[in-house]
Amino acid sequence: MLRIILQRLILLPILLLLFSVIVFWLIQAPPGDFLTSYLATVASSGSSIDAAQVDAMKTQFGLDQPFHIQYLRWMENLLHGNLGLSLEYQLPNTQLIGERLLLTVILALLSFLFTWAIAIPAGIYSALHKNSALDYFFTVVNYFGVATPNFMLALILMWLAFSKFGVSITNLFSSEFIDAPWSWARVVDLMKHIWLPMIILGIAGTARLTRIMRANLLDELHKPYVVAARAKGLPEWKLIFRYPVRLALNPLISTIGWYLPQLFSGSLIVATVMNLPNIGPLLLHALTQQDMYLSGSILLIYCFLTILGTLISDILLAWLDPRIRMEGA
Amino acid sequence: MTANPIPTPSTEERILPVSSEAEERISVASNWQLVWWRFRKHRLALISAAVLIIFYIIVLFPDFFSVTNPEETNQRLMFIPIQPVHLIRDGKLDPWVPGITGKRNPVTLRMEWTVDEAIQNRVRFFVKGYAYKILGVIPSDLHLLGADSSNKDGTLFLLGTDRLGRDEWSRLMFGTRTSMVVGLVSVALSVVLGVLLGGISGYFGGIPDLIIQRLIELLQSLPTIPIWLAMTAALPQDWRPEQVFFAITIILAFIGWTTLGREVRGRFLSLREEDFVLAAELAGCSRLRIITRHMAPAFMSHIIAASTLAIPVMIINETTLSFLGLGIRPPAISWGVLLQEAQNVQTIALAPWLLTPGLAVVLAVLAFNLVGDGLRDAADPYGH
Amino acid sequence: MATKAPPLKPELKPLLSVRDLKAYFPLDEGLVKAVDGVSFDVLPGQVLGIVGESGCGKSVAMKAVLQIIDPPGRIVHGEVWLAGRNGDGAGIDIAALKPNSNEMRKIRGAEIALIPQEPMASFSPVHTVGSQIIEAIRLHQPVDKSAARRMAVELFQAVGIPMPEQRIDSYSWQLSGGLRQRAIIAMGLSCNPRLLIADEPTTAVDVTTQAQILNLLRRLQKQRGMSIIFITHDLGVIAQMASYVVVMYLGRVMEQATVNDIFLAPKHPYTQALLRSIPNVKSTPHVKLPIISGSIPHPFNRPEGCPFHPRCEKVMPGICDRQIPGLLPVGENHFASCLLYADTVQKPDGNGQESRSQKRKP
Repeated sequence: MLRIILQRLILLPILLLLFSVIVFWLIQAPPGDFLTSYLATVASSGSSIDAAQVDAMKTQFGLDQPFHIQYLRWMENLLHGNLGLSLEYQLPNTQLIGERLLLTVILALLSFLFTWAIAIPAGIYSALHKNSALDYFFTVVNYFGVATPNFMLALILMWLAFSKFGVSITNLFSSEFIDAPWSWARVVDLMKHIWLPMIILGIAGTARLTRIMRANLLDELHKPYVVAARAKGLPEWKLIFRYPVRLALNPLISTIGWYLPQLFSGSLIVATVMNLPNIGPLLLHALTQQDMYLSGSILLIYCFLTILGTLISDILLAWLDPRIRMEGA
Repeated sequence: MTANPIPTPSTEERILPVSSEAEERISVASNWQLVWWRFRKHRLALISAAVLIIFYIIVLFPDFFSVTNPEETNQRLMFIPIQPVHLIRDGKLDPWVPGITGKRNPVTLRMEWTVDEAIQNRVRFFVKGYAYKILGVIPSDLHLLGADSSNKDGTLFLLGTDRLGRDEWSRLMFGTRTSMVVGLVSVALSVVLGVLLGGISGYFGGIPDLIIQRLIELLQSLPTIPIWLAMTAALPQDWRPEQVFFAITIILAFIGWTTLGREVRGRFLSLREEDFVLAAELAGCSRLRIITRHMAPAFMSHIIAASTLAIPVMIINETTLSFLGLGIRPPAISWGVLLQEAQNVQTIALAPWLLTPGLAVVLAVLAFNLVGDGLRDAADPYGH
Repeated sequence: MATKAPPLKPELKPLLSVRDLKAYFPLDEGLVKAVDGVSFDVLPGQVLGIVGESGCGKSVAMKAVLQIIDPPGRIVHGEVWLAGRNGDGAGIDIAALKPNSNEMRKIRGAEIALIPQEPMASFSPVHTVGSQIIEAIRLHQPVDKSAARRMAVELFQAVGIPMPEQRIDSYSWQLSGGLRQRAIIAMGLSCNPRLLIADEPTTAVDVTTQAQILNLLRRLQKQRGMSIIFITHDLGVIAQMASYVVVMYLGRVMEQATVNDIFLAPKHPYTQALLRSIPNVKSTPHVKLPIISGSIPHPFNRPEGCPFHPRCEKVMPGICDRQIPGLLPVGENHFASCLLYADTVQKPDGNGQESRSQKRKP
């Protein structure tokens, strides 16, 4: 098992390096650069900048250097922990990203916990009470949950809250807490606001997970080891949870490696619609403005989070399933 | 060992029917017939398939189903609410819609419209409307629905209008066309890539397998949505809508093929070890014949089911991208582009009917999922 | 009820007495009568063999005894009498207990143990075999973990697993086929049951291992004095192990007798056909092996009357396709459910009366 973890850990920086090249190429790919869009904005407001100033800005931002030089400079800075400067805001990227990153991770993790807390019991119940009224209800909810894009769900809920209750449910904090330092009160405020995005983000995954859990458990319930355990005289509830549920969960653990990264990238959409202080909306804006270093840094962070999620899932799977653990030995 | 001699069967032995006619039919049916029979039993899947057929008819003839030209703007007619269809008029089956009355807001100087049940405008079928070309070739001006031409001010806005006075219903028809086609084409591309690369990887093994496997891992490790956004943001702003459409489809397919590719690879790997493949090899079949006639049928139905389930994912992806402004761009119309009009709460509060394209998304995705599930259950040879 | 099979010697009280047991499965497509009136007795210390083709209901009948039939199947009729320990009282009808009740669970594993059919799949792959055996032990006996572990190691030794101390902590998939089979037997024996039900314990292993397992079971049976119900479709194994044999077909008992009587003097046409189909060293070479004509009917297509009559060469048209025969005595402790023997029966209420009352619309 140790071998698997080590393998993955070594792979991590290599993958990140590879990704950094892809990412850098992507953010360079649009024709023009930050200056082009900046100049366009300046021009549309009626003023202009003379050629000499443009050239000076070019050199200042290093935009006149060839691709690989710019890339190397960027990597050099990254390795020193310097995420660069936002061309648009003229602020260090670390400052801009800072707290948003924390909130993005918190939102994703909470959604994940929500999904599993709901889906597993619902899936177990549905399998044990197949074709009951509640099972049908869950099935219907699940189908609709998967079919509704989360931005639509967000819009509808926001609209309902607005029109029926006059409440505006955007942002993660009430106005007085937005820039305040961390305190218990702030955490409470966060919890009051985060539950809705958490649900919206998690609904599609919950629906999918419930269906998979139900199917897996139904498969396991008729297997011989369940019969053998029952023949031993085990009480039914203990039997169900210790054996078929345990085995039905195993394949689901491997879905974590795919689901957790999905939550990170999916939160982008919900955060944009609901105007949450996450790195997603920041990325969107940076991409449209060609704010290179900012978008590059955020993209790399997403890559890192994705690989991390896969790694966690692999470790969990090896820990829980002795068949995988032993095969590596 | 026993005292009884070994008997010989009597010549007049009765042949008793040991299997019914139904069992006989099943044992000689082809694989596709079996799949179809099993699929037929899922009522929900059948209904969903019918819904999808309706959708694709709209895809082929969007103009026929439209009422007014979807591009036609009219500042005066903006934000008209839904004119709901009533079926009974004077006790007879005679569909009509209530008329609209507007008054100018003295402050904003904009027209504000409400639905007036007192005015009854009949709905007419198979009317002459704006001119178009069926499938881009045959000129026509026939439309399914139209407003009552006897009333000069009669309008038929089944789903209201947007902020530029464009008919939402007609735009929805065209949006359906784009979104359903993007979904289909990008999945088709994914299938081609997935089957090809997954097949090579699984069947030949060795170095090609190693390379393709690493490629799949790499692509799957990329955070999908941020990378899509970056890729679509890289598309030049001045490209024509068709080019953007093409590019979006390819981008979606390029990242989406990996799941299918992995499955195909897994299937080929396990099928390679099956006895029936060995038997075919021993019988002298060529490699190509083994792949196409022996191995492919074993997982073809599974691939079709998996593809059907992948289409709704692609539809949601395109809708999301377009909604964020980084997918299909106006003036092209897709469900996502239509929903972009409803991207803030104030607009929705003012004109909630702008959310109806979302219903189309939900319906299409539901239908595809139900059909895909039905296909998957029907195609599984061990499920029964 | 003419299906009642009187015990061999009334004073030798049977350990288990199954009376007209019926277990049906109401499926969407129809009602499957998996067990349709089965009766037999198991004496203390006896090895009873139940033999029949696949699908004849032998496994379901055993699951019915333990009340672990998969829903929607359930017992619809019949009694299963388990004698009290130490021969006291009349025993209890365990078929009348609720499947999930405490009493039933106390009996499962402790009084009656099942060795299930597929040893590979009968252990959970993510728990060690030791933990699963210890669980069985601690369910029925008030011992702590270390004592239970010691008992498990002893069990492994008793069933002949080498290096029991280490093997206790292995997973089922780490053991070879033969070892797994022994481990399953160990789990069945863990609480010293009075009756051990072995469901096809040697089907999945090669002949050498089969011989070893059979020897082991015989040895354990003599040592512990327990009864064994041996389910198999292999007549050779029956001949080796059983002292009394029950032949089943389509959920009913066709014939039951001592092993000698079954092999040397079979009375039911089905049993006779089965025995004839065994390849024999002494039989004439270059002659086609006799088979039973036809095939097992579809469960939803059960024949009227005697379940075997469509394939029977001694069928009496007009009689066999109308009446369902009960278990009729055809010798000492020898019963066959065949209408051929209906006239030779001394019935208290007159000849043929009982048979006609069997007439039922299936």
